[in-house]
Amino acid sequence: MSATGTPALAADRPRTGVSATLAHAVSVVAGNPVTGFAFALLVGLVACAVLGPSLVPYDPLASDTAAALQAPTLAHPFGTDQLGRDILSRVVVAARLDLAIAVFSVALVFVAGGLAGIMAGFFCGWTDRIVGRLADTIMAFPLFVLAMGIVAALGNTVGNIVLATAIINFPLYARLARAEAAQRRNAGFVLAARLTGNTDLRIVLTGILPNILPIMMVQMSLTMGYAILNAAGLSFIGLGVRPPTPEWGIMVAEGAGFIVSGEWWIALFPGLALMLAVFCFNLIGDGLRDIVDPQRRT
Amino acid sequence: MTAIPLLDIRDLTVEFATRRGPVRAVRQVDVTVGKGETVGIVGESGSGKSVTSYAVMRILDRAGRIAGGEVSFSGIDLRAAGERQMRDLRGREISMIFQNPRAALNPIRKVGHQIEDVLRQHAEAGSGDAKAKAVAALEQVKIARAAERYHAYPFELSGGMCQRVVIALALACRPQLLIADEPTTGLDVTTQKAVMDLVTSLTRERGMATVLITHDLGLAATYCDRIAVMEQGRVVETAPAATIFRTPAHVYTRKLVQATPRPGVSLRDLLPDGAPTAAAGRAEGAGAPLLAVSGLVKEYPRAKVGLTRPRAAEAPFRAVDSLSLSVDRGESVGLVGESGCGKSTTSTMVMRLLDPTGGSIVFAGEEIGGVPAARFARHPLRPRIQMVFQDPTESLNPRWTAARAIADPLLRFRTVRGTDAIRARCEELARLVGLPVDLLDRFPHQLSGGQKARVGIARAIAPSPDLVILDEPTAALDVSVQAVVLNLLADLKQALGMSYLFVSHDLQVVRMLCDRVIVMQAGRIVEEGPTAAVLEAPRADYTRALLAAIPHPPV
Repeated sequence: MSATGTPALAADRPRTGVSATLAHAVSVVAGNPVTGFAFALLVGLVACAVLGPSLVPYDPLASDTAAALQAPTLAHPFGTDQLGRDILSRVVVAARLDLAIAVFSVALVFVAGGLAGIMAGFFCGWTDRIVGRLADTIMAFPLFVLAMGIVAALGNTVGNIVLATAIINFPLYARLARAEAAQRRNAGFVLAARLTGNTDLRIVLTGILPNILPIMMVQMSLTMGYAILNAAGLSFIGLGVRPPTPEWGIMVAEGAGFIVSGEWWIALFPGLALMLAVFCFNLIGDGLRDIVDPQRRT
Repeated sequence: MTAIPLLDIRDLTVEFATRRGPVRAVRQVDVTVGKGETVGIVGESGSGKSVTSYAVMRILDRAGRIAGGEVSFSGIDLRAAGERQMRDLRGREISMIFQNPRAALNPIRKVGHQIEDVLRQHAEAGSGDAKAKAVAALEQVKIARAAERYHAYPFELSGGMCQRVVIALALACRPQLLIADEPTTGLDVTTQKAVMDLVTSLTRERGMATVLITHDLGLAATYCDRIAVMEQGRVVETAPAATIFRTPAHVYTRKLVQATPRPGVSLRDLLPDGAPTAAAGRAEGAGAPLLAVSGLVKEYPRAKVGLTRPRAAEAPFRAVDSLSLSVDRGESVGLVGESGCGKSTTSTMVMRLLDPTGGSIVFAGEEIGGVPAARFARHPLRPRIQMVFQDPTESLNPRWTAARAIADPLLRFRTVRGTDAIRARCEELARLVGLPVDLLDRFPHQLSGGQKARVGIARAIAPSPDLVILDEPTAALDVSVQAVVLNLLADLKQALGMSYLFVSHDLQVVRMLCDRVIVMQAGRIVEEGPTAAVLEAPRADYTRALLAAIPHPPV
């Protein structure tokens, strides 16, 4: 190996930055079709969320008692519920609300938990103790019960579901970010940054945060599924979103009573949508992990 | 050499499947090891020396496969052997010791139990005599108070001690062949000598064959009978150890021999084309020294044992004990000692990244020891003390290009303003350290070790410092790259008139680069003086021990 440039490197110049990452991502997806499937599913979900109301054949809120409790037909592929509302339309339109709750709660917890964790890991001492004990306190409660308590206390609004979901995920983010930041706080490049006159805040923003980001992205994708499930769970037990707003959790709750009398489609289709969404985010999390894992780069 | 070699590697080719198609890590390698023979496989990183040994043990990772050739061990074809047979051979017939002894031991089991496990696995001991045999094995590797150490956990033992335990494990079943993969890299030079002497005496006693894999030609020449030199997956030369330094046949071996620091050789001699020696004469320190450290102390509180608080009477641990040193303008001072002697703590304090417990640090006539490390980043003297780190990879932010890394001090200290001016200065610095300008836009993972070292040096000299602390700047580099980087450092000092404080454990390297040397042991200075005087006629016993421990290849 020569000091001025290996012949191999010179001949085959590595692509830099975005294009290299993209090429790597493409090869990971090609090597694992399941990840490709998950990304396709995500595109479908996002399309439903963005275009939902203009795609669906019926008004999701319009009831038609004459057509109540119809099994799936060509006119109503997912059937109709007890008020004659088209379930397909409701399932598609509900994607927007469920994804929005998940996206906002994950964004909130990423900023709050991630920053708290980085500070804790980087500065240690009292910051670490406060953040650590806060996370421990949250972890001490059964998380779903805690979320129920928060929504019940603060009031039944979408905003509070977002907040509750963010709070129960706080320890996950804070601990992950803390561990990753602590690992890097004495790394050579951080010391080098100190020598070149960088303040601690700047080191956190330019040295620590960008290097932790890929790992946090994986965590975000994995908790996204969990956040959807949590929001639906809260709605299912009657907290949070209220009828007649189309939302997967409420729809499952409403349909649950009809399963015994044979109308299985009311609960089944929103349940399937919920399952697919969670499944999709978990698969993407796995795929992202492969993409950011440096050991997979050859 | 006996008629039938114990280990016979013929035409071995190993391929790794990568995304860009198969890569040949080892190409048609022939190595034979006779009974009782010690063979060294020497090469720089990426030469395929470790992969060869993994192929012999059949422990290549998933992507790797033996693409061709034969490997036979006392008549058994190892390529055709089943996994069951291999498992039986590993440990009982062929043993291996790895580079990091601590990682090779199970951290939560007592070392004695770990030796017992191996003995039982290969039915060398029953439940009755296992303990006695394990203690005997520890005694054989010269671990003092073996019966007591039987109960020790790996973290309670030093690095050298752990490597001895690993050797005890490897030799427990009396194998016929020992493969030692960089067994002393990361150990101190005196520990290296102790470990290597132990391995040689044990293998000689038992008539075992040894394969020593190392990047250090000097070490291999000192301890091996024969040496195979590898370059880019090929064995380029196999020669008796006694003659390899005297008459290296292959071009690459010559280059390697030349680049190995050894007595009586100057910095320029390490380079292949023997570049002209820069004018010697160092800039004499006029008046006050640039850096004057006096009575420097760093104390750490003793760790709590169990639930009890440390007793008030127990003195805190002194990592650095009233140390005084000075560096003149334009002078290079070497700070030498083994791991744990406090040399890194000292340099970190001088660097003002760590607050001393006591003492003063006067830099350019100004007392800076009292400025808290946390606030020194904004101190006007900050640009004038810079540092080159030990590990060039770890010291670069993986998300920054080389240009961004070099520009960082320029941006922070505002010495140069404007995007174009900064870029121009980066290119000037790159040329100064011999980094091709077109590499400036690459990320660290796209650069070689030597290139990363150059980026680190360019970053350190960017703010035109007066004092640069070099913390083992070549320890992570291959020997030929080390030769180039050391020469670069000498040239830069000449050109820019900086002072160096060179922290190292390698006396040979210090001899070539430094005017004065300070030898540290247990937080104190044991000897100090002009480099030539200290190395030629050491006064302290410790310095003598350090010098004696350096491998002395037959020249």
